[in-house]
Amino acid sequence: MATAEVERRRGQLAAVSIAVVVIIVGVPLWWRTTETYRAWLPVSQINELAKLQLQLSADVEVVFARGTVTPEQQKKVPLTQTQDEEHRVDEDTALRYRYETKYRTATVMEEDALNQPTAAEADLALHTLSESPCGSLVVYVIPESSSLLPQDVDVYIGQRRTALLRIGAQMRVGKTLNQLLTHMEPRVKQVLQVMSFSHTDITAALSDRVRLSPGSKESIADSMRAFKSSPGYEITFSLLNPDPKSHRLNWDIEGAVQNYIQPLLTKLAPVANFSIDSQTLYYAVLGVNPRFDSSLGSYTINADSLAHVINPVEARLGSNAASSNPVLNFLLYVPDAHHSPLHIHDRKKQQVKSNAFHSPRWGGIMVYNVNDFYGPEAAFPVDININMAKVMGVFLAQLRLLLGVQLSSPPPGFLVAPCGSAGLADWELDRLMWSRTVENIATATTTITSLAQLLDQIGNIVINDNIAELVSSAVTSLQLAVAELESGNLGFALQYSKEAILASERAFFDPSLLHLLYFPDDQKFAIYIPLFLPMCVPILLSLLKILSDARQRRREKQAKKD
Amino acid sequence: MAAHRCVSSALLVFLCVLSVFTVARSQETTPPGGHGAPATDGPQTVTETTGQTAGQPAAEERRWEATEVKEATPDESAAEEQEAPAADTAAPSAGPRPKDDFQEELVIRPLHSGDIYASFQFRTLWETDFTRENKVSHYRLFPKSLGQVISKFSVRELHISFTQGYWRTMQWGQPYQPSPPGAELWVWFQDSVTDVDGTWKELTNVLSGIFCASLNFIDSTNTVQPSASFKPLGIVNEVTDHRFLRYATLPREIVCTENLTPWKKLLPCGSKAGLAVLMKSEKLFHSSFHSQAVHIRPVSPTSWELRQTLNVVFDLHTSGQGKREWSLFKMFSRTLTEACPLASSSKIYVDVTDNPQGEQFELSPATPLLSQEVVLGDRRTFSVYDLTQQITFGTVRSLNLLIRWKSSEGDMLRPLLHGERYVAGYGLQTGEIHTLMYNYHPYRSFPVLLLDSVPWYLRLYIHTLTVTSKGKDNKPSYIHYQPSKDRLRPHLLEMLVQLPPNSVTEVTVQFERALLKWTEYTPDPNHGFYVGSSVISSLVPSIVAMDTNITQERPLFSSFFPCKEESSYFVRVYTEPLLVNLPTPDFSMPYNVICLTCTVVAVGYGSLYNLLTRSFQIEEPSPGLAKRLANIIRRMRGVPPL
Repeated sequence: MATAEVERRRGQLAAVSIAVVVIIVGVPLWWRTTETYRAWLPVSQINELAKLQLQLSADVEVVFARGTVTPEQQKKVPLTQTQDEEHRVDEDTALRYRYETKYRTATVMEEDALNQPTAAEADLALHTLSESPCGSLVVYVIPESSSLLPQDVDVYIGQRRTALLRIGAQMRVGKTLNQLLTHMEPRVKQVLQVMSFSHTDITAALSDRVRLSPGSKESIADSMRAFKSSPGYEITFSLLNPDPKSHRLNWDIEGAVQNYIQPLLTKLAPVANFSIDSQTLYYAVLGVNPRFDSSLGSYTINADSLAHVINPVEARLGSNAASSNPVLNFLLYVPDAHHSPLHIHDRKKQQVKSNAFHSPRWGGIMVYNVNDFYGPEAAFPVDININMAKVMGVFLAQLRLLLGVQLSSPPPGFLVAPCGSAGLADWELDRLMWSRTVENIATATTTITSLAQLLDQIGNIVINDNIAELVSSAVTSLQLAVAELESGNLGFALQYSKEAILASERAFFDPSLLHLLYFPDDQKFAIYIPLFLPMCVPILLSLLKILSDARQRRREKQAKKD
Repeated sequence: MAAHRCVSSALLVFLCVLSVFTVARSQETTPPGGHGAPATDGPQTVTETTGQTAGQPAAEERRWEATEVKEATPDESAAEEQEAPAADTAAPSAGPRPKDDFQEELVIRPLHSGDIYASFQFRTLWETDFTRENKVSHYRLFPKSLGQVISKFSVRELHISFTQGYWRTMQWGQPYQPSPPGAELWVWFQDSVTDVDGTWKELTNVLSGIFCASLNFIDSTNTVQPSASFKPLGIVNEVTDHRFLRYATLPREIVCTENLTPWKKLLPCGSKAGLAVLMKSEKLFHSSFHSQAVHIRPVSPTSWELRQTLNVVFDLHTSGQGKREWSLFKMFSRTLTEACPLASSSKIYVDVTDNPQGEQFELSPATPLLSQEVVLGDRRTFSVYDLTQQITFGTVRSLNLLIRWKSSEGDMLRPLLHGERYVAGYGLQTGEIHTLMYNYHPYRSFPVLLLDSVPWYLRLYIHTLTVTSKGKDNKPSYIHYQPSKDRLRPHLLEMLVQLPPNSVTEVTVQFERALLKWTEYTPDPNHGFYVGSSVISSLVPSIVAMDTNITQERPLFSSFFPCKEESSYFVRVYTEPLLVNLPTPDFSMPYNVICLTCTVVAVGYGSLYNLLTRSFQIEEPSPGLAKRLANIIRRMRGVPPL
């Protein structure tokens, strides 16, 4: 009996030691050999970014010209005030606008500049005196009596970062400085909203992150029109000549781009890189047949059918082989001789004056009628030089709209200077930079947080070191961008936000994330079961048996003791 | 040539703004050509306008919006000028001379086998410099997509061909543009490219998008850098270092409509006008041989040439119900009505060399234009139809060429150079590649360059390489061999062999088939694995004097390969691709193996486990059947068992 007992113990020991070997060696071995490589990600920082607290700081300088402040008031300036304005967009996103306003009196040189005959000249003279940094504003307060502004205009917004503000006479006498400032504040705020950022712009820029409550249709249409922020854009001008037998078209696109488009793009260089090309497409026809309107003696296309116009042309336009940036298409369509003149009619059956239309986030088309040049006995093909000034005027307008440089109608009493040869005023650029920075930050945070979420949810995804590096650099750039925005360095903020968006997109779309994505659990089990089931069942059973034996023995011992 | 200065004051008017701001800008108009353009003088006012979206009714969300632009006519002088806007725009022939030129051409060669060889060529010449610093970005006739590829990837020369079917040299003679079955791509990069392999990879991906082909399957395992066989065809410049050359073939590539459509899209007229209207895919692909190609090369330091070629061989004899006649309409189910209006020349050539007196076939409509060209070492006579002349189309305003054969006699001039290749051996372990090169020249021997690119899974034994002609060993004067690396690069074998007159030269090399990993097999591994064609390039002695004057205007088909000396002409011959079977496993094997091993392991482990953990006791042998029965009965009776 004793030998049997010894045998039994030996068997038990063997079972236990096998179980121990399996657990200590086998399980870690299996674990190590089948695990996916997952590099460390800055999860806590990403979670911090998920709760976005954006602070936008704008510097405003208010300069009082001679005759706007009384000597008593003048004693109290220079003076600095800070105003905060908080907005809660949704539970994860909060916005805070900080306006740091500095008040001072004008220097002698500035007084001279303000004594120029017209506002535009004063604007230019003030600009030559000092250049205010990107994102900041200077408001010159001029007396009622100043002849710079026309009668019904209170505020003049210049081409650079300056504005002229006229204060009413009745408030000037016998008031303290504080009263004067309170009186001016709403006007200054309006100037700020026109020249740097307004709450509507910023919330529109956040649309990637925050689901907006459907506001007015018009504002949605406005926000949908502009292209999404991207580090680069391709601009393609296409001349569509459906009838090369009748028209031999010449367009000096090279010169036109140089004269009209390039100044704008040079100005926009901090926001994005642009590349321009052009092509001529022959036998490219629109997708709808224009109807002949005998009352007008011309062919017409209705606004309703515009949606179908592009489809057949789009196939010919071709995508850009060299880059993956969004493409802005501008088409100049010269209708064939049998369908000319061609006019576009809007919904009210009115002829569209420019004969052009644009599609949000796609581009624009202009119809260019050439039937006037046929002459009485013109021999086809007719040589036609296209008037590029006319064409580029329309395309420039469309380009401004599509890039999001647009002016929401200014408040009454405002006069906005026309935007000069560059096609873009400095403050318009600032406005664009503010909203693009916020948009970039919003997009990059959304990308990074959703990537982190995805990686967290799907354990099969391999995270290589380069992905982790990209994620970390995106997070750092984001933090820097937010910090720079807080301290009011708009240029740096935009730069960092661009870096963040690049890194985050590259991390998100890296193909290495897909390698083991589809490796379903049922297949894994199908492979493991033939090995694991026959191995684990005996071990488990004998361990159970040992356990129950031990328990029984203990109970017997207890019984014996009792 | 005095440039007219005209001051144009651009009036920028915003709707929302109350005043008008005028910016005066002086602008130079383009100088007109030699003709006087009197109407362009004088100041001219142009109203530049700005779009404005305010004021649109907040109706439904719409995709298309009219761009509202207000014309501004604030002062009288501007309004006056507006009345004569034609001043600038209708100036006849005031445009600058276009810097690009487009030509189209169709060559029809009746073959002795009764087939018809039709070769389309479209050439776009562009005076531009893709190599210069600032980007070329304004395209007219040259397709934008290819131009962007050239400038982005710093391509010096690009040759791509898609071919369905095999060119039968012995029956059809030499083609105007040779191409191997499947897809072939070779590219010379500029010497400014630092990472050639990376650029090549990106380029193949972009091209596969442009041509809807599987060129993205070109990787390091099928790319070689030939040292001598593929010299630049454009102007020879300093870049002849073969580090900047990449060559790859995909012999398995199936060519079909989806490749033809993007190819046609590159033509300025598309398939809407000119010779390209004949390209209906259901006819083009119902043929014995179809090959389309794109060749881009610089032809002078400042001009680039894009040549699009399409070669097709129709077998009309079998489908023509026994009648030997064909017409454009029969071949392409279209007739021609016009030339492409953008083309500076648009011609059809019909090879009538074998039919000087009209005894072989009858060509209608007859044309008085005949032209003699030296092409592929032979002087040929062509009937020429010039599509830019209205008279070509006759009174019916359509051209339908028709050839009616009278006799089927006649001899074809045998091509002087011909190549064949096959794989010999049995079993799935080893084999032997035989390449045969025929020199049919009666008394001249000439050297040929043979290029072989063999995938790594056929392991060549280069010590078994033999070259024999007329039963004698023929030692190659130059051998360039680059051994393969498994899963990295293929074998490259290039050699210069002298072919004796009227002889067959046989090159053999033995190989061993490698075992692939199970994920490396193609979806249908039992079909076999393709090995790309061998390329035989040679300067073949010419019977007639070749035309070496490259500046002279010549038809496109005879000016593809530059000719340097009068006595010889360049020929490239492609052999058949090989189809080799590799040892192919059963692909449910991995799972079977897993199951089987697991079962074996489990059985072994189970018995071991039992041996280790169970205690064994000797058991009484069980009683016999009789005893058991007896016991049962005894139990029933209530007596103790035995």
